[in-house]
Amino acid sequence: MAELTYREAVADAIAQEMERDDKVVFLGEDIAKAGGVFKTTVGLYDKFGPDRVRDTPISEQAILGAAMGAAMTGLRPIAEIMFSDFFAVCWDIVVNQIAKTRYMTGGQVTMPLVIRSANGGGVRFGAQHSQSIENWAMMIPGLKVIAPSTPADVKGLLAASIRDPDPVIFFEQKSLYGDKGEIPDGEHVDELGTARVVRDGTDAVIYALAAMVPRSIKAAERLEADLGIRVSVVDVRSLVPLDTRTLFSEFRKSGRAFTVEENPRLCGWGAEISSLITEECFWDMDLPVTRITTPHIPLASADNLEDQMIPSVDRIFETVRAGLD
Amino acid sequence: MWRLQLEVRHLEQRAHDLFLQNLIKGTSHLAVGQEAIAAGCATAMRPGDYTFCTYRGHAHTLVRGASMTGMLGELMGKECGMLQGKGGSMHLTDVEKGAMGSYAIIGAHLPIATGAAWAAQYNKTGAVSFCFFGDGTTNIGAFHEALNFAVIWKLPVVFVCENNLYMEYTPIGEVTAVEHPAADRAGAYGLESIIVDGNDADAVYRVARAAVDKAVAGDGPSLIEAKTYRHYGHSRADPATYRPDEEVEEWMAKDPIPMYRSRLLEFGVPEKVVGDIEKSVLKAVDDATEEAKASPVPRDELAHTDVWADGGSAWRN
Ligand SMILES: Cc1ncc(C[n+]2csc(CCOP(=O)(O)OP(=O)(O)O)c2C)c(N)n1
Ligand SMILES: [Mg+2]
Repeated sequence: MAELTYREAVADAIAQEMERDDKVVFLGEDIAKAGGVFKTTVGLYDKFGPDRVRDTPISEQAILGAAMGAAMTGLRPIAEIMFSDFFAVCWDIVVNQIAKTRYMTGGQVTMPLVIRSANGGGVRFGAQHSQSIENWAMMIPGLKVIAPSTPADVKGLLAASIRDPDPVIFFEQKSLYGDKGEIPDGEHVDELGTARVVRDGTDAVIYALAAMVPRSIKAAERLEADLGIRVSVVDVRSLVPLDTRTLFSEFRKSGRAFTVEENPRLCGWGAEISSLITEECFWDMDLPVTRITTPHIPLASADNLEDQMIPSVDRIFETVRAGLD
Repeated sequence: MWRLQLEVRHLEQRAHDLFLQNLIKGTSHLAVGQEAIAAGCATAMRPGDYTFCTYRGHAHTLVRGASMTGMLGELMGKECGMLQGKGGSMHLTDVEKGAMGSYAIIGAHLPIATGAAWAAQYNKTGAVSFCFFGDGTTNIGAFHEALNFAVIWKLPVVFVCENNLYMEYTPIGEVTAVEHPAADRAGAYGLESIIVDGNDADAVYRVARAAVDKAVAGDGPSLIEAKTYRHYGHSRADPATYRPDEEVEEWMAKDPIPMYRSRLLEFGVPEKVVGDIEKSVLKAVDDATEEAKASPVPRDELAHTDVWADGGSAWRN
């Protein structure tokens, strides 16, 4: 097992897939010679050359449109949107074109492409470079939506996304880029549509995504150490497809659930999970599902303001404690 | 080219009639008057080349060889429709024939056509990607992003602006900084400024052919502005009363169909040959109409197919 950072796992996954399949190509702003603004793609240009790893102008619609046209005609493009906030300037291509064209043409085209993007806050960039927009993507029929929390999952899920025949929006959490973790040796490919139980517990379950996973694990450890409360933590990993089987089976152990979401409150993925549990696990419910989210406000940049907005270990600990009291 | 223009004219006319009979619902944007552009470009294209067009796309889809029954069936919402009733008038597509789709958000398909050209360049297939759009489309960002992108990557794509003088109901001159919405912008991207009479199929063919040759030679994209006029309103809902009578008369006199007929006769093509082609086109349109009318509506379960490549629509296990 090698130890890599979350950031290094991105290039590792892309290199693995580019070596395997010469239809895999990669485009985006500053991704080639410069290795990406987050240094996630260092070395790919040198290894695979200018035909496969291509710098683009600041033209998000052209980047995603080109990825789509190429995907429809035989390539497997990976496109980078530098910050997920910038999806707002090319959302038409994502929502109206990439997501719908297979369906609207009666299945005449296939859209094997991945859009990677740095998502989320915690690094004091302010409200236009810190949003968590997984819920924007989740609400669009025709998009798969992935958000890993560990280096191993970055590699395995990104590889699986590249091999998937459908469009995948792949959210990398920018505050996790420096995190280190073990990565399995050799080829590593995971499975989309699978959640993972990362901590066992019988008193309640926490559903978390991306940066909220390590925070939830810490909160769960403290709940056990300080209060003897045993909380399981599920890393949702894949919003679409959603692994309701794992989510429900974990829920049924306690009948008590909390969601920890970095996205602003309204229409977050936790609301969907809460609704599914209410509809399908009602007779197993012991408590209402409690959502722990960023409040419904744009993210502020000052240390103390941003920190009070995004769910913290303390807030998770306190909310679960109070909820089970 | 005579046949192609007639096919478009009569199929569009039929679509119009079926609308009036309420057999076609929703909307439609006819290309009556603009047939010469579709016919001239399609004649310059080779099998394997790509067409990307707009909601005003019946013409461009048909001239690549798509089935009339599939098209009329789609307009009528029948199971024989080329998109199984899931797309409708604004999204006609026949991938097997190279008709890569009709796009109804202004500008979106310019970058997409550019991407198909990128794949052709990367795979060295020699294919050229054609992208058709209106004058109004030159004022949206995607137009400019795609042109710059195609030029810097030297992609084999031919952008064809069908300048029919109106963006929906507004004269293009009232909302555009330059006189020729596409051609006057070509220079900004290092491209030659090309204007062609879009009602003359032969003239269109010549510029399209030159653009294909340029693309195949690896010399990158072209931007062609073809001047034309639509005979009907913008869409089904538009009686086009905002157009001055003299302008309409002037352009009706330049109708591409009678112009082409005269040219064929002038060149010595026997009247019978010219007429027989028209008869056979009319028969094909009649047959397709009957077939589409007779087709059942799409099975209900088709609503849930083909969101994903596995054929289904499941978002959870
Ligand atoms: C982004 C976007 N804005 C507005 C519309 C509504 N709309 C549909 S067609 C059209 C006019 C387009 O004019 P032009 O590009 O000249 O094409 P034409 O219809 O004349 O062929 C408009 C404004 C749209 N479909 N997409
Ligand atoms: Mg127009």
